[in-house]
Amino acid sequence: MSLLLILLIVLPLAASVLIMLGAAPRVMALGAAILNLLISVALFARYDLTAGGWQFLSEWKILPKLGINMTLGADGLTLTMLLLATLVTLSAIWIAPKIDKREGVYYVCLLFISAGVIGAFASLDVLFLYSFHELALIPTFIMIGVWGSGDRQAAAWKATIYLGLGSFILLIGLLALYLSIPAVSRTMDLRQLDQMAAAGTFHPSSLIYLILLVGFGSLVSLFPFHSWAPPAYACAPAPTAMMHAGVLKKFGLYGLIRIALPLFPDAMHQFNGLLLLLVIGNILYIGYVTVAQKRLDWTIGYSSVMHMGYIFLGLASLNIIGVNGAMILMFAHGLSVAAAFALCGEIRRRTGTLDYSELGGLAKVTPVLGLLFGFAAMASVGLPGFANFAGEILVFFGATAYGPTMILPVIVGVWGVVISAIYMLRAYRNTFWGPMMTRWDSLTDITPTALGSVILLLVPLMIVGFYPQLLVKMVTTAIPR
Amino acid sequence: MNSLFLEIAVVLLGIVLLLVEAFSDRSNKDYLAYLGAAGLTGVLALSFLPQIGPLPMSSAAAFITSDIISVFFVRFLLIATIVTLLMIPGYRTVLVRYLPSERAGGGVGEFAILPLFVCAGLMWMVSAIDFIMIFVSLELATITLYVLVTYLRQNTASLEAGTKFLILGALSTGFIVYGISWIFGVTGTTNILALPDAISTLPESSLYALLFGIAMILVALSFKTGAFPFQFWIPDVYQGAPTPITSYLSVASKAAGFVVLIRFLLSLEALPLLANKLNAVITLLAALTLIFGNFAAIPQTNMKRLLGYSSVAHAGYLLMGVASLASLMAIPAIGFYFAGYLAMTMLAFVVLQAVSEATGGDEISRFNGLSKRSPFLAGAMLLSAASLAGIPFTAGFIGKLLIFEVALKQGHYGLVMLGCVTVAAGFYYYFKVLRAMYWQQPSEETAIPVSATTKWLILLLGAGILILGVYPEPLLAALR
Repeated sequence: MSLLLILLIVLPLAASVLIMLGAAPRVMALGAAILNLLISVALFARYDLTAGGWQFLSEWKILPKLGINMTLGADGLTLTMLLLATLVTLSAIWIAPKIDKREGVYYVCLLFISAGVIGAFASLDVLFLYSFHELALIPTFIMIGVWGSGDRQAAAWKATIYLGLGSFILLIGLLALYLSIPAVSRTMDLRQLDQMAAAGTFHPSSLIYLILLVGFGSLVSLFPFHSWAPPAYACAPAPTAMMHAGVLKKFGLYGLIRIALPLFPDAMHQFNGLLLLLVIGNILYIGYVTVAQKRLDWTIGYSSVMHMGYIFLGLASLNIIGVNGAMILMFAHGLSVAAAFALCGEIRRRTGTLDYSELGGLAKVTPVLGLLFGFAAMASVGLPGFANFAGEILVFFGATAYGPTMILPVIVGVWGVVISAIYMLRAYRNTFWGPMMTRWDSLTDITPTALGSVILLLVPLMIVGFYPQLLVKMVTTAIPR
Repeated sequence: MNSLFLEIAVVLLGIVLLLVEAFSDRSNKDYLAYLGAAGLTGVLALSFLPQIGPLPMSSAAAFITSDIISVFFVRFLLIATIVTLLMIPGYRTVLVRYLPSERAGGGVGEFAILPLFVCAGLMWMVSAIDFIMIFVSLELATITLYVLVTYLRQNTASLEAGTKFLILGALSTGFIVYGISWIFGVTGTTNILALPDAISTLPESSLYALLFGIAMILVALSFKTGAFPFQFWIPDVYQGAPTPITSYLSVASKAAGFVVLIRFLLSLEALPLLANKLNAVITLLAALTLIFGNFAAIPQTNMKRLLGYSSVAHAGYLLMGVASLASLMAIPAIGFYFAGYLAMTMLAFVVLQAVSEATGGDEISRFNGLSKRSPFLAGAMLLSAASLAGIPFTAGFIGKLLIFEVALKQGHYGLVMLGCVTVAAGFYYYFKVLRAMYWQQPSEETAIPVSATTKWLILLLGAGILILGVYPEPLLAALR
């Protein structure tokens, strides 16, 4: 029984309790985030690749009569996601500006989101997978509503209703899944579910897959359940947008990989056409919508919706290469979108506006900020050398291998890369190049704190970009045979 | 220790406190509430002593039982009464405002003593296995509650609530007496446990008379439990009654009503034909209660009314459990749900009382910006609302999970689907409170004071919600 995984969840919660009791919020939050990052790196390094499977297991009996236990465990995919979660958490807490009102609640919310996503990724029990995700949602809403900018309450309310409904549909799907198990062997344990599915003793109806797809899909902003995301991200404070777009949103994909892939192989084949149609919507339609945006935060918000299309494309290819690509893209997109939102927040703090008509030429006064944004934008487009490229190329290879039905989606996907280059380069140009308004003359460049926290995100992106095998061999352990 | 003795201890405690109040000339009456709470804690400790053989009075054994249900709910009622008594010192300013008297503190003291008699009545009610005993104990509790609901006699809202409660309560008493006499007339017994035998030997022709009696009793019990279609008194009475009493009504008196309902239905469970018919009725009532409670709560702007409708909604979930009594896990699920319900509902009322004390009203808008004025109270309300809505890691979530599970086992698929929809509606109206607390600007910035008693009460209830939500097994084991 390894206690490291539960420690990852408990540390942020313990720090929150200390903050509520009056400890210095920023110090406690940073301390918990640094420790968590160290633990997750250690776990990542200690994972035994030759043995594979679930490691670092620990179990607490919660409702043994119903077959519900809090079981924590990790395979390569879990550890990759935990690494993502702890990296983004540290970066988000590090870059958080000085908070004037209710500083304690701010950091407690961030720590709760962190504990929630870590718990969701580390849970082997489907009920806890769901529960931990819910735990992360409430502080997200509070943060957008309290510390957001612009029309924050409307945005937060919209996201609340969408995500509330999404997770509720998800709960119905999971309940239906639980009920479709023969009464004697009812369990929520992923390992046993996988075994039953592999042994052929468990055939859930493919209708459940559709419910799960809608539930998980609206959490990941799958087209057409995406409209909550851009306004929420545009209004959210930068650390919240980083945590949600970077990590929390990946939960939907993670759930599909963990539950839908092993349990619904036939249903996934059967409904692949539908999923591909939505993927095309995600890439093409949202791509063009992104090009039309007139503000930097909305551009990045829509771009994060669009890139989900690639990850879904990887899932839909239903083979090792494609799913591998999807998993690496989850990691890469999490880091790159978090970096983009972090820099976006830095720009907003300096200028008070993110409207392209008012920005421009900022590279003259904030050259380092501009350089970093260039990196983040290129990573997001999928330039070789960044992990995003490795992920996308695998997704395309995997999709091509699926068969002739994939030809159109792959063409759309490749064209999507061009679209994302268009909007990202335009965003870059409109913000940092061209003529500059004189009122920006006195802007200061990025602070060492913000520099550090963005570099923390960009460096792993480049490491994986140059040496993707590091992640590929890890995430492969999670792919059902 | 057995029921009967515990109740006698509670009544004696009440009488002693009345005498103390009469002969003491302290003008601050808070000590009565603390004494009462301490005394009840003592009784709670007594309840953990081993049971004393068969009851000494042979006649009492025919009226009172000490089974798992009775033992659990007696403790439940004691805890609910202790919490209510500890809320009363925080309510003193309101009491004094509406109870002018020549003598300082005159007429305030009894407010902390009367709940003891309600508690004794309800304790007898959850242990009773005879209709006569049920009726007598019910009346002891209800008549005392009439006084308590109307206690703010110069406040028209309290008087209005009391009048409605009195008229409808008397009506439901009429129903239950009428039902009892029909059942007694047909079967010749008032003992619930003897009912199945008596009914199985009945001729076909008297079945309808029996059903009529049962229907009358169900009507009366749906008054007590706040179930559709006799839930309409709840919002008005809850809004007008003094806050500690509202919280007591929504927890303790509802629980006692449910226990009687459960005992009654369990005894009829032995007769499949009757049980099936009753089950269909209860299922229908559960569905309608769920729909009414949850959807009528959505437009509410007054916190007490909102909690009133929410208590109707929770009665709906509990009825789902009652409709699944055939399952062995139903009683543990209902008991667990009530334990969580006690913690989360009373926590909401404690916070509400502190907020309305400081802001002068019960509207949800009074909670605006609470997170600025008192992060502690806002956090407590967040926890309570999360649990009421059924968010994971709280008692409310596990409670709903257990209830849904037994309902599914009994094949109530439609009911569970409806339950899922109403849970979503619940999210909406509980979230309205969170929105007010965290997103809205407060009308004034002054901090809201929280007394030491209130603080500890909140911490204990909050801990209860979290512990039950994370580690439910010990309580469930005690209920099996």
